[in-house]
Amino acid sequence: MTVVSEAFVKCKNVTLSSITMTDSDIFNQPYDILIAGGGNAALCAAITAARAGASVLVVEAAPKAMRGGNSRHTRNMRVAHDAGNDILTGPYPVDEYWDDLLRVTGGQTDEQLARLTLDRSKELWDWHQQQGVRFQPSLSGTLSLGRTNAFFLGGGKALLNALYLTAAALGVQVIYEAKVTDLNITEGVFHSAQVQKEGEVFPITAASFVAAAGGFEANIEWLSEYWGEAAQNFLIRGTPYNRGEVLRLLLNKQVQAIGDPKQCHAVAIDGRAPKFDGGIVTRLDCVPFGIVVNKHAERFYDEGEDFWPKRYAIWGRLVAMQPEQVAYAIIDARSVDLFMPSVYPPEQANTIEELAKKFTLDPQRLRTTVEAFNAACRPGTFDHTVHDECHTEGATPPKSHWARPIITPPFYGYPLRPGITFTYLGVKIDAEARIIMHDNKPSPNMFAAGEIMAGNVLGKGYLAGIGMTIGSIFGRIAGQGAAQAKHRPE
Amino acid sequence: MKLDTSIHAEANRQMTICNACRYCEGLCAVFPAMTRRRTFSDGDLEYLANLCHSCGACYYACQYVPPHEFAVNVPQIFAQLRSESYYRSAWPRTFAPLFQRNGLIIALAATVAIALFIGGFVAMHDPDALFAVHTGPGAFYRLMPHETMVALFGGVFLFAVVAIVISVRTFWRTSGGGTIGLSDLLIAGQATATLRYLDGQRGGCMNEDEQPTDRRRFYHHCTFYGFLLCFASTSLATVLHNLLGWHAPYAWYNPVVLLGVLGGSGLLIGPAGLLRAKQRRDPQVVSSDTRGMEVAFLAMLLLTSASGLLLLVLRATPAMGILLALHLGIVFALFLTFPYGKFVHGFYRYAALIRFARESKLPVAGTAD
Repeated sequence: MTVVSEAFVKCKNVTLSSITMTDSDIFNQPYDILIAGGGNAALCAAITAARAGASVLVVEAAPKAMRGGNSRHTRNMRVAHDAGNDILTGPYPVDEYWDDLLRVTGGQTDEQLARLTLDRSKELWDWHQQQGVRFQPSLSGTLSLGRTNAFFLGGGKALLNALYLTAAALGVQVIYEAKVTDLNITEGVFHSAQVQKEGEVFPITAASFVAAAGGFEANIEWLSEYWGEAAQNFLIRGTPYNRGEVLRLLLNKQVQAIGDPKQCHAVAIDGRAPKFDGGIVTRLDCVPFGIVVNKHAERFYDEGEDFWPKRYAIWGRLVAMQPEQVAYAIIDARSVDLFMPSVYPPEQANTIEELAKKFTLDPQRLRTTVEAFNAACRPGTFDHTVHDECHTEGATPPKSHWARPIITPPFYGYPLRPGITFTYLGVKIDAEARIIMHDNKPSPNMFAAGEIMAGNVLGKGYLAGIGMTIGSIFGRIAGQGAAQAKHRPE
Repeated sequence: MKLDTSIHAEANRQMTICNACRYCEGLCAVFPAMTRRRTFSDGDLEYLANLCHSCGACYYACQYVPPHEFAVNVPQIFAQLRSESYYRSAWPRTFAPLFQRNGLIIALAATVAIALFIGGFVAMHDPDALFAVHTGPGAFYRLMPHETMVALFGGVFLFAVVAIVISVRTFWRTSGGGTIGLSDLLIAGQATATLRYLDGQRGGCMNEDEQPTDRRRFYHHCTFYGFLLCFASTSLATVLHNLLGWHAPYAWYNPVVLLGVLGGSGLLIGPAGLLRAKQRRDPQVVSSDTRGMEVAFLAMLLLTSASGLLLLVLRATPAMGILLALHLGIVFALFLTFPYGKFVHGFYRYAALIRFARESKLPVAGTAD
């Protein structure tokens, strides 16, 4: 508490002085640490470094209103804890966390870094609250995460506001709508960077550099290198500012890569979502309640394989593999109120043929597909809260659970597209968040935190809320390391 | 103020986005109430709008506020919808248009009322009586007979009560009706008395920017409790007059005066603080359409307390006559316009909080987890 109130006292002076500071004044000051990126990881680094006495400049590509990278769209952080509290409903031991991580990554993780992340995740509950972040119980519709994940009161943008206020109070300078366009690195040592703002280029010299600028998922041209034409039909769930420019600069300068460049986390989202930045509201939870067809009105995967929270992340890829990267979920009146409300209303029709026309599907083919599915449904007691007995026999592909004939009008349909959350390619780091160079040596003054290095811990798959944990842990480590690096002799 | 049914359509659009997100569920009562619904009738939307205390926390927490193309701005659309709901529920219907150009109407009402009181004092006495020094018990009534004062103010007070009761009942019915339990009244009463939802749930309300403060809650408490103390002072004076035959003006140590001074001070500090906060507030969060109504109400409260306290200080001087007319004129206009101005927000809010308490006891309709 004292730390926070001290921070707010300081805040007033800083605000007063920064009113008169122009961008070029900010650029012309010397800094101990330059941080590229303005999300949770960057701010954790900035706050930690500033508390250790370092002067810090944060360069954020987005304007203030859109600041914070994908942290803006997050809502929780997975933290280990030995006992529940008034918000977390029970203990979540490190060992269980480790088992969960192994399960989703299939072992594609650096055990040392992963163990470090999970062990130190216990500190985050207190640490973030000391920076002004508030937590709340898990939201309705996310009860399964109430024990393991600390939800931010008001969501990720509220978390960012708190972190930015604390950083400002500590004297951290932030410059918006600015990009790091070049890095001067020799033999693994960072010397300076070029920062571009409104067409003007400023050289920034700093004793150390923290890369916390996210992945490249918003860079469609880069995605096209691996996905070809299909990438044009991808929707990007998060910030349009994660174009991977800092990542590419580093990889071009003798920095070791980690993570499969071809892989990205993709979920099936509402096909009507905006190209970028649609965030949480574009998700659709209707798939297990009906069937999903491609543009030829054919089913292509078991819609009832498992509960949606366990399957939504494979459906992005499934839809991406379909012609034109599009699919349509079809349900009937009995199911329409059984899942979280969607942001766009479903298309609605009294016959399957009519519904098909709304999606420019072949009406007769869709009719045939639905009838074949209906005929394959075995009778049983429907219960969407368990793996129920309602399944198909003789349908290809099968539907394992929640298979009910689609017969009660009106019929509803939602278009689906692949929604890209993040990319796995990143920079390799060590346990001190130092960037590893091609010669396997860590850079003495370059650090990485957040999505740009998450691939070290999360080589594959996803575990809800772990992105923010990785960002927070390595943000703090990077901030500490960067602050110390300035005292090291060259 | 524009009266436009598209306000409901826009609020519906925004609530549909919010209901698919729900990140703000912990901030106040609005969002938990929202998640109980999948679709929103006009009555639902007016209920949610009146549940909103305009703390601003959700605006700064929202990833979909402009310049995002979803353009969500819940405090702003709800401010517009609240005044739309006052309009739609106003009684008698003929007076509903008073909610349009409300600031101007209230200023006119005050001016006319003050002029009538001054004119009345002069007409009933010779003009010199207005500027004479009157002291001792019954000094005020030498300018205006007690019975006339009671008839005028009692009449306008009763009218305000009836008009507000009928319009709040209309609002209750359009937002779903239903019976009310004692526990609902108590829970809602506690939330009202403490302004539980004007702090973004521990975060403080936002005024100029994303930095949370608690100033508006403090000033609102000053205003609300100041008003209640002034009301208590007037009620006590009525009792003293009618039961004990003690006639105003009272000595400074009389509880009537003490309550009045304390309440009047609250009514000075509170509205002044709220006006200042309003002036500095982030224009993105408020509705320019409802600003006139809000400013007019705060100004009237401020004038009521200022003129009342001035009357107390100068009651033994020749200024008393004019000040009494001024004070009575302002209070009369305040009472007369109670049902057609910002004053009603408290009753609509309380009704919404009662509904929230009432429905919070019911299980939430199941959605797949």
